[in-house]
Amino acid sequence: MAAVSSHAGLLSGSYRVGMDIKLDGISHHYGHTEVLRNISLEIPAGQIVCLVGPSGCGKSTLLRLIGGLERPGNGRVLQVGAPPADSLNPLTFVFQDFALLPWRSVKGNVSLVLEDHGIRGKRSKAIIDDVLNRTKLADFADALPKQLSGGMKQRVAIARALAVNPAVMLMDEPLSALDAQTRELLMDDLVALWTRQPFTAVYVTHNLAEAVRLGHTIVVLSRRPGRIREIISIDTPISERRAGDPVCQRKHDLLWELMREEARAADEELIDG
Amino acid sequence: MADTAAGKKRDSDGPIEVRFRGGGFAPRSLRWVGVAVFVVLIAMVQWGTESGWISALTLPKPTDVLATFRELWESGLLFKHLQPSLTRLVIGAALGASTGIAIGVLIGLFSYARAGLVPLVAAIFPIPKIALLPLFVIWFGIDEGSKYALIAFGTFTPTVVATYGAVDNVDRSLIRMGQSFGLSWSSIVRKIVLPGAMPGILSGLRISLAIAIILLVAAEMLGAEYGIGAYILEAGSLYDLERLFAGVVILSLLGVLVSALIGFLEKRLLGWRI
Ligand SMILES: Nc1ncnc2c1ncn2[C@@H]1O[C@H](COP(=O)(O)OP(=O)(O)OP(=O)(O)O)[C@@H](O)[C@H]1O
Ligand SMILES: [Mg+2]
Repeated sequence: MAAVSSHAGLLSGSYRVGMDIKLDGISHHYGHTEVLRNISLEIPAGQIVCLVGPSGCGKSTLLRLIGGLERPGNGRVLQVGAPPADSLNPLTFVFQDFALLPWRSVKGNVSLVLEDHGIRGKRSKAIIDDVLNRTKLADFADALPKQLSGGMKQRVAIARALAVNPAVMLMDEPLSALDAQTRELLMDDLVALWTRQPFTAVYVTHNLAEAVRLGHTIVVLSRRPGRIREIISIDTPISERRAGDPVCQRKHDLLWELMREEARAADEELIDG
Repeated sequence: MADTAAGKKRDSDGPIEVRFRGGGFAPRSLRWVGVAVFVVLIAMVQWGTESGWISALTLPKPTDVLATFRELWESGLLFKHLQPSLTRLVIGAALGASTGIAIGVLIGLFSYARAGLVPLVAAIFPIPKIALLPLFVIWFGIDEGSKYALIAFGTFTPTVVATYGAVDNVDRSLIRMGQSFGLSWSSIVRKIVLPGAMPGILSGLRISLAIAIILLVAAEMLGAEYGIGAYILEAGSLYDLERLFAGVVILSLLGVLVSALIGFLEKRLLGWRI
């Protein structure tokens, strides 16, 4: 308990010390299909770790294991260090399909995740206003999801995730349902959010440009059964990365070299049946 | 019509407007069409009975039915019949629908409830509830009790089936989302499962309540002094077609009213649907 409160003391600054996640020899099967094999990985606090890999290699599965929505067949997911004391839901998902309740307004969707923690009235309103401002949704607080564009829906989902003050955000292809321009804009938004207040994230994507833009480290998984093939880190601060930046471009090409063989092999595997 | 016009233009080499083919399959609200159908049908019967094309033994004159109806209204007899009928309908349907929704949600949520109750519901669904009326009379008495029970029992089964189907159809990814945010079980049920099942429950209620009206009349035919069913039965045994039809019109109006009520609820509760 004492450790937690001293931790909380550190948090009053703008830079948050979160908790690390450690994956210890994770393997997983669905029936007779082996999906993940012996994955060991550290996700340090305050960093964005991107997971890339060919389709069906178990990225979403790994994310569900980290978030506790499924139990690993083998190995353990460990939290190192306590989450911030004011974190309502340390491991928080942002889903590809947004997962907004269509019968609740933008405001209501955010308040959904606060209500269970007994946060109502003024406190709830303060949090909702804050996260909607941070995601530039303040003018749409009363809109229903059906009235929003895809990009706005995903911003609502991000606002909802921010509202519970997560220690780690688990994002499963959060931008892949969106068009290229919206994706570009939302990436800028994510960079701005991170720069303002660094958060820890595991970010699953198919899109190497996203990985190079947002990831401090990029973990390349092999085709199924997913193993770690390569871990690439990019030292350029994410706020300074631009499209066409030579360092980023080199990393992008390197990733594509790695992925190309895997993608082709995965593709052929499907054809073989 | 438009495409024949376009077809004619084809022999010249000029541009042809692309034929529109994306219409239909999108219900619009055209309330007046329903009214028009009624008006046309009634006008036809009126014309037929007046011209003698329809004999007086086949169908009564709509104007005579209306006169009977007015008489009913003015004598106050209408409310004497309507009041007990509505009471029976409301109490019976409320009992049946609420237990139906509750049991349906249980079946949707718990595997044991599903395994145990689905076969039972399937077994009682096809029983004509009217056949059980004598039994209800023994169990619940000849008075109101047996009528409530009959209506409740008849609304119960379709409501259960519609409700657990609706719960099964709630988007699982929303439930996962709730779990991933650490919502409690009861919050997930109240805030995600029930609202998500509401469209299915309401469309189930449409059917259940129509069945409730049918059973109301059946119950009243088998022993009631007042009530629309009793009124119709009496008219029928005297072969008084005007009164019979006046009673039938009241039932139809009741059906339309119930349907409108559900439509109103759907508008209020389901405005979030696309
Ligand atoms: N609940 C499940 N039951 C059985 N098999 C599953 C289940 N979930 C996933 N799988 C299988 O596990 C493998 C990995 O799935 P997963 O969704 O984790 O892949 P992914 O890397 O996220 O793929 P994508 O890039 O297409 O999203 C796939 O072959 C999939 O068919
Ligand atoms: Mg996936």
